[in-house]
Amino acid sequence: MTTLNELTLAEARDGLKAKDFSASELTQAHLDAMEKARGLNAYVLETPERALTMANVADTKIAHGEARPLEGIPLGIKDLFCTHGVATTAGSKILEGFQPHYESAVTHNLWRDGAVMLGKLNLDEFAMGSSNETSAYGDTISPWRRQENGKLSDAKLVPGGSSGGSAAAVAAHLCLGATATDTGGSIRQPAAFTGTVGIKPTYGRCSRWGTVAYASSLDQAGPIARTVRDCAILLGSMAGADARDTTCADLPVPDFEAAVSRGVKGLTIGIPKEYRVDGMSAEVQALWDRGAAMLKDAGATVREISLPHTPYALPAYYIVAPAEASSNLARYDGVRYGLRVPGKDIAGMYENTRAAGFGREVKRRIMIGTYVLSAGYYDAYYVRAQKIRTLIKRDFEAAYASGIDAILTPATPSAAFGLGEKGSGDPVEMYLQDVFTITVNMAGLPGLSVPAGLDAQGLPLGLQLIGRPFDEETLFAAAQVIETAAGRTKLPAAWWA
Amino acid sequence: MSVDATTVRRIAHLARIAVGEDEVAPLQGELNAILAFVEQLGAVDVTGVEPMTSVTPMAMKKRVDAVTDGGYAGDIVSNAPETEDHYFLVPKVVE
Repeated sequence: MTTLNELTLAEARDGLKAKDFSASELTQAHLDAMEKARGLNAYVLETPERALTMANVADTKIAHGEARPLEGIPLGIKDLFCTHGVATTAGSKILEGFQPHYESAVTHNLWRDGAVMLGKLNLDEFAMGSSNETSAYGDTISPWRRQENGKLSDAKLVPGGSSGGSAAAVAAHLCLGATATDTGGSIRQPAAFTGTVGIKPTYGRCSRWGTVAYASSLDQAGPIARTVRDCAILLGSMAGADARDTTCADLPVPDFEAAVSRGVKGLTIGIPKEYRVDGMSAEVQALWDRGAAMLKDAGATVREISLPHTPYALPAYYIVAPAEASSNLARYDGVRYGLRVPGKDIAGMYENTRAAGFGREVKRRIMIGTYVLSAGYYDAYYVRAQKIRTLIKRDFEAAYASGIDAILTPATPSAAFGLGEKGSGDPVEMYLQDVFTITVNMAGLPGLSVPAGLDAQGLPLGLQLIGRPFDEETLFAAAQVIETAAGRTKLPAAWWA
Repeated sequence: MSVDATTVRRIAHLARIAVGEDEVAPLQGELNAILAFVEQLGAVDVTGVEPMTSVTPMAMKKRVDAVTDGGYAGDIVSNAPETEDHYFLVPKVVE
């Protein structure tokens, strides 16, 4: 029999409804699995008491026939979402001990719908990273391992980042689904590395209120889960209008779950030729071709398209995102919350606090941002990058105007890499991880990563689907076709338990 | 464009991050690697292109200019390292 924590979210929901098991049993199964998996360091904080209390409430609701959409569903929360009375660190030492007196809009929506909080999930510091190695609370280890000569290698792999804790916890069955955020690929890249499904919805679909800010014009929350359907269910609860975020769209939330089984018959899928980058492995190329064939077999038309400004998205991002970060992170000054380190005067206190509280990658990005916004450089760097952003968005608009419904690309240039393998000398080496995902944030579009197969070493590889603004439904429909055709990836063994 | 050690110290001060002497050279190398990477943007013709100011075509939401929140100073200061009577305490700024 499948243990309760190995069910999909949809199966668990239906099982609770049918009273096959209780919400308390379902939650306890996850708490037990979490305890055995502490070596993965996916959770930075477990909240078992709160979880069991919430599960109890869920059981009462179910008994009274008052079950809400996510009644009794245990979830992990990326530690970038502020949670009332529960420590929120953003993966940084500078926020150690911070206990918000408010609840982020996204998590509020999940609790409103009856979900259960298991704990807070590890991440790259302030969501800046692609491997979860910049967290002040230690690396998260992927539950996946390479196959070498028919047996599992001992080498530790990264789960991707920044939502590395979310992806690892979902893959290792330590929650039924998790919240995540994506500024340049932080949902889709870890989902691809761990054989899970992740969607970054259209900018404005989820409220950013109460989520620790990195780059405000790019940040968007979304779910990571084990199936396309589970992602659709979660996004349906996370999304929605919110007056407190001035960029949150005043749009009704569609029935995402209904869109999952819609199919792709009659849709036109674009294959952007600029994503065929130099040095792309034959495996990734073959996966991409297979994905296109799966959609074609299901009745879609597949057509090559051109998005000519694609190569400039990554460098433009590394101006725009650090610029916004340098401004957003100015608030960590040792006065209102978090760490304070004394200095000889108030400026010395600020400088010492920020030197001690921020890690290397965060300091680097703040300094780049400060530089590109400083007098004399603003036009040459920041304004030029924002103009290039306009060009990137126009490329997509032209493709969609020519009749393209969704775009298919690889999610990452390769499968997961080992701990400490990338970016130690040159930060740009790590930044290249996001080459396929970053255009989507720059243009504010929805993007979804779905597992489509394994590489020669037995590691998952993902494909990305990019949609029109506020058309996540087409992405769910197309992703389900790929999931059905490719089959769900399966972890070889629970070596950590 | 690339930055020299003096510029690294100046940026660090503008960003209010204390940087030790031994950190300047590695930071200079890393910042220059990033600046060299973004240099390729110079090749794009941006004549007549408007810089993006809003990623989705929507008007900024507005609300009535009224007090809609407040009355919980205790909560606001509860996470501060040093407070007194609902004020944040900082080192002396004016003699």
